[in-house]
Amino acid sequence: MRRERVPIVVVVLAAIGAAFFILPLVGLIVRSPWRDAVTALTAPETVDALKLSLLASLSATAAGLLLGVPLAWIYARVEFPGRDLLRALTTLPMVLPPVVGGIALLLAFGRRGLFGSWLDTTFGITLPFTTVGVVMAETFVAMPFLILTVEAGLRSMDRRYEEAARALGASRWRVFTRVTLPLIGPSLFAGAVLCWARALGEFGATITFAGNFPGVTQTMPLAVYLLLDTNTSFILSLVLLVISLAVLVGLRHRWLGSA
Amino acid sequence: MSLDASIRLTLGPLDLDMELTIEEGEVVALLGPNGAGKTTLLRAVAGLVPFRSGHVRLDGRVLEDTATGQYLPTERRPIGFVFQDYLLFPHLSVLDNVAFGLRSRGTPRREAAEKAGEWLERVGLKPYARAKPAELSGGQRQRVALVRALAPDPRLLLLDEPLAALDVTTRAEVRRDLKRHLASFRGIRLLVTHDPLEAVALADRLIVMEKGHLVQTGTPAEVTERPRSQYVADLVGVNLLQGEADHGIVRLPGGPVVSVAAAESGEVFAVIHPRAVALHRTHPEGSPRNVWQGRASNIELMGNRVRVRIDGEVPLVAEVTPGALKELDLIEGEVVWLSFKSTDVGVYPA
Amino acid sequence: MRSRVSLLIVAAAFLAACGSGGNAASNSSTSTSLSGYISVFAAASLNASFNALGTSFHRANPGVGVNLIYAGTPTLVTQIEQGAPADVFASADTTSMDKLSADGFTMGTSRVFAHNQLEIVVAPGNPKGITKLADLAKPGVIYISEGPTVPAGKYSLQALATAGVKVTPKSLETSVTAVISKIELGEADAGIVYTTDINAAGNKVQGIQIPTADNVIATYPMVAVKGTKNSAAADAFIAYVLSTTGQSMLASFGFLSAA
Repeated sequence: MRRERVPIVVVVLAAIGAAFFILPLVGLIVRSPWRDAVTALTAPETVDALKLSLLASLSATAAGLLLGVPLAWIYARVEFPGRDLLRALTTLPMVLPPVVGGIALLLAFGRRGLFGSWLDTTFGITLPFTTVGVVMAETFVAMPFLILTVEAGLRSMDRRYEEAARALGASRWRVFTRVTLPLIGPSLFAGAVLCWARALGEFGATITFAGNFPGVTQTMPLAVYLLLDTNTSFILSLVLLVISLAVLVGLRHRWLGSA
Repeated sequence: MSLDASIRLTLGPLDLDMELTIEEGEVVALLGPNGAGKTTLLRAVAGLVPFRSGHVRLDGRVLEDTATGQYLPTERRPIGFVFQDYLLFPHLSVLDNVAFGLRSRGTPRREAAEKAGEWLERVGLKPYARAKPAELSGGQRQRVALVRALAPDPRLLLLDEPLAALDVTTRAEVRRDLKRHLASFRGIRLLVTHDPLEAVALADRLIVMEKGHLVQTGTPAEVTERPRSQYVADLVGVNLLQGEADHGIVRLPGGPVVSVAAAESGEVFAVIHPRAVALHRTHPEGSPRNVWQGRASNIELMGNRVRVRIDGEVPLVAEVTPGALKELDLIEGEVVWLSFKSTDVGVYPA
Repeated sequence: MRSRVSLLIVAAAFLAACGSGGNAASNSSTSTSLSGYISVFAAASLNASFNALGTSFHRANPGVGVNLIYAGTPTLVTQIEQGAPADVFASADTTSMDKLSADGFTMGTSRVFAHNQLEIVVAPGNPKGITKLADLAKPGVIYISEGPTVPAGKYSLQALATAGVKVTPKSLETSVTAVISKIELGEADAGIVYTTDINAAGNKVQGIQIPTADNVIATYPMVAVKGTKNSAAADAFIAYVLSTTGQSMLASFGFLSAA
């Protein structure tokens, strides 16, 4: 079989495009003080930040699944006035500068916020400067990715499978859990991974809403930023990069595998 | 046990108005061209399509009635539904597919699996219990879909084009199996098909639908012998004329008169088998009373016969032997005479 | 050494005199000799004062355009070391200046142009009744600080240590601005910032003075950056800041004189 000739312009532009992404990574790898790597990675601050990052991003993903899947289901299945507007509102954080998102969260859930002040006076609960606050900030920014991916999955699935299940006597809940969810499995997985990856890299909304304190609200990206002048930040950046890269490579494999 | 449905609905271009009564033990085929509303009717019976007015009763129990506002959701109707492309759940094993209905209706896991296994055994698919549907052939999938629908013991079995997803080579064999399995089910069986062969082979009774309305119902023999629509006539392969009978003649719309050997009067159908239509290059002499001139618009070889479509005052299809065609030396577009005997015209009230 | 410094002060005073337009003849000659653009990388706490200085310097030297870039001091150091086109660097601490200098990115010796001191920042009306550093450790007071790599954060730690106050901040913010805005929003009760920041924030927050014994005087040095394409204008800008005009402008924003 003769291989198709790839136009040279395409190759050149694609190469430039690829270099644009690869060179910063190379820079990071080359400039990283590898001798300090072990020290940097085993420093208690790093370990705390990494632990907190994992805990918060996974919690944000869980919250995203719990709240985002029903939203996606409603967007895909229920017609009601204002649906498009509601969808736009719940996906707004994708285009909103995260810091603005953080301020908005403060105005709603902060100690003096619309809802937050009620929480504070009624239950004595304040959310800023807490790990819960980190999870909220990450969920706020990352959940839209899950909602959109899952909605697309729901829209593209063959709904007749649900009818087949109903005709077999399955209740709405059983149809949803045993047929709908497994059939949109790839979208659900992709959405969850995107949501998780976004949550893991979240910076702006987190530092604005939850602040930054080691072990409580200081996630990896915050630690990286605050260590900007030290070598450790390079190492931490690389750790984040490696995690993100592993996720993206794995995700692509999964996507192709289930396509 | 009986199904009694009366359904009126509008869905896009379809305007459906049908009454259905099916007695216990009957296998009924809904036959009609694409877009006739067969599948919609089936889905309405299952509760998957809302209708404007009407009712669905099974064994006297109301499943849905617009007059009283009663509606039993699909999942609570005692039905089994075999979908056109089967819709086996791709993420479940064959066994879990078959057990799905049992589990949905509350059968404990172990018992459901046992029963599902028995069903698979019955259709010779036990060895495939652990397989995923994608690993099965079309015919095997069809059988799984059938036993999946039958396993929860429905009172009414609905089948939507059960053989349409199969290729022609396996269709005959699967059809034979399906007939056997359908025979072993005691409830009411209602299947939708656009394939007359399938309808005739599987059903005790045909209901012919066109454009959302009933055209004809009866046993396969009744329907094929006395077609009441161009659609059925085409399926059966006969010429169908409609006109006003009056003492041995049938007056067709627009003037032509067909001489018949029947005493009916009033609006009638007249059916003429293509083999009874003779062709001539010149005006035929002798006994035939019915002679017209026309133009051969289409000549087609069908097995060992040749079908010649003749356009003219009375458009008809004639079937002759290849030898006869050669003798006639007829090609498409040429003028030809056709004739048939009065005694070859079947007449029945419209 | 002493004589050289005084010489420079004389030169600065001369240049300042030219800038203020006191001498028409020399003013015109200076203006024609300087042209082009300079980029001034200044610590975030200099924002308001350097905006004013930049405008005034440009008025005195119409040929020179001044680009002012503000960020946290450590961020600026990283940016300059990574090749950002800076002509002048104005730091909020000597540590960062020393680092830049040691890494070989400065031209000539840095000059201290201002001092700043710390104040406790609270919401208007001081709802928690904070009067001294020790009050920050009172139960129910949410104290936040700048991170230890931010000069203000580092000084806050020193001040608290001097006063013998042990308090754990709820959050280590990335900048003075972030601390002030969280106090303004009511999410936190108190922080330690520069006097100048409280001045700049106007009536949105209130300052509580810290006794001189406990206070830390922040030192602001500035320098021309190595590789500047316009060293004449860069030097002129530094001289302008050190001039009496420049100094009085800085004083009006709450800075202490460089002397």
